[in-house]
Amino acid sequence: MSESCSITVNGKPMRMAAGASVAAAVMLAGEPCRFSVSGEARGPLCGMGICMECRATVDGVPHRRTCQLACAEGMEVVTG
Amino acid sequence: MTPGFDVVVVGAGPGGMAAAIAAEAGRRVCLLDDNAGPGGQIWRGYRAETAGKYPHGAGFRRWAERLQRSGCEVWMGWQAIDHPAPGLLRLERAGERRDVEFRNLIVATGARERFLPFPGWTLPGVMGVGGLHALVKGGLDARGKRVVLAGSGPLLLAVGAGLASAGARVEGIYEQAPLARLARLAISLLGQPGKLLEGARYRLRALGAAYRTGVWVVRAEGGGRVESVTLTDGRKQWRVECAWLGCGFNLVPNLELPRLLGCRIAEGFVAVDRMQQSSVPGVACVGELTGVGGLEKALVEGQIAGLAAAGRIAEALALEPRRRRLQQFAERLERAFALRAELRTLATAETLVCRCEDVSNAALEGCANWRAAKLHTRCGMGACQGRVCGAAAEFLFGWENTSARPPAFPAAVSTLAAGMDAFGLATESTNNGPHSEMPPASVFAD
Repeated sequence: MSESCSITVNGKPMRMAAGASVAAAVMLAGEPCRFSVSGEARGPLCGMGICMECRATVDGVPHRRTCQLACAEGMEVVTG
Repeated sequence: MTPGFDVVVVGAGPGGMAAAIAAEAGRRVCLLDDNAGPGGQIWRGYRAETAGKYPHGAGFRRWAERLQRSGCEVWMGWQAIDHPAPGLLRLERAGERRDVEFRNLIVATGARERFLPFPGWTLPGVMGVGGLHALVKGGLDARGKRVVLAGSGPLLLAVGAGLASAGARVEGIYEQAPLARLARLAISLLGQPGKLLEGARYRLRALGAAYRTGVWVVRAEGGGRVESVTLTDGRKQWRVECAWLGCGFNLVPNLELPRLLGCRIAEGFVAVDRMQQSSVPGVACVGELTGVGGLEKALVEGQIAGLAAAGRIAEALALEPRRRRLQQFAERLERAFALRAELRTLATAETLVCRCEDVSNAALEGCANWRAAKLHTRCGMGACQGRVCGAAAEFLFGWENTSARPPAFPAAVSTLAAGMDAFGLATESTNNGPHSEMPPASVFAD
């Protein structure tokens, strides 16, 4: 994983290794992925695509499971 | 036209990769998986070129190369969501629907962690044990991070070693099972697959992380994210500061697809015969679905199912003694890491049990069963469809979740609508853009 790519998480620029998951980028940015129905901040839990806690909006598409999604150059991630 | 295969294998972890060897006998085989590449969880993110550097990497390379040579079609990123007719499977990828026909189906959907609710378990930074490891494998920088691992199962040791290698400061690894039971397990194994455990333990000692048995988590605390965890040995309590808490209590099989197919389940696992065949003709199940036994068991069972599907029964039978030994290993693991009753009392009245619908422990009191809990509280009816709280509720309240209805996984409304063509209920799917991860409309009715 020598190559890297630039993405933004809530507008904050992040440099990630090629192939890194978007969930890892969100955690490194110090942001929660989403807020629960009662307003709790949530981050990734299962890391394997089943718990749905890491959902965020990626390139305008809501509810992406960020742990199953690899970072790509220019990707825009919006959480919350 | 609907593509068709002699054998379709769902799940490209070790069990599914091994099952795909049916292609070596000239059968037309399709191996499909929701993830970006083959390997499942244990070989997550491995690539053949660099696998040699990682634990069990040599095995991955061998199976990946064999898979490539076999002529098997590999479809990555596809999620099996429905079984609309005999011999037919419905898939989805990024809002796109595809049906595939099969003569034989081999299900190798693996397992997930069991999470149990305790105060603070929904704080960001509290993850599964395997969950945290998967994120670190996926590029989460662990260097210098203070990590506590707690819960139960062999995964704790393997992940502790993995995280320490990745530069994390592993503050402690806390196994709820008592030492006496684990010692009996170690003796009973006499250097069998348990060597893996010993290996991990040795590496941990070399890395200076403490492994303690008979200790479990009481609560996690922090402002906006986890900052510390309180642990107990049943007599006293103490607090450990951490940036991440990995907490999971053994593994539970992903039974959604076998249930949808109608496979008989016995004592929490798919019931199979010597050739891995389930109660449904033409449907075999392998790996963690038939008992949580890890890599070796999945590989052997996958090979048996693949050989059986290719009609090479004698070769499949030759693997049976190993299969039996590994299944006994799985049963020993289950007994050794059985969960203590105290874990049922960790959640207070306010602790959430269902994280999708934010249903508290108190709200579930008085519900007679899983169905009643769903109807009265929406527990298990959110985006994860009970994948997290279902296993917790089973342990906490003894509620069994036997329901199975499509979609087996949240799917785009357009995908579901397309499936109604046959009934004249929908003509053209209304595609509102790439709702790749969009669960059914009902899930997001809020």
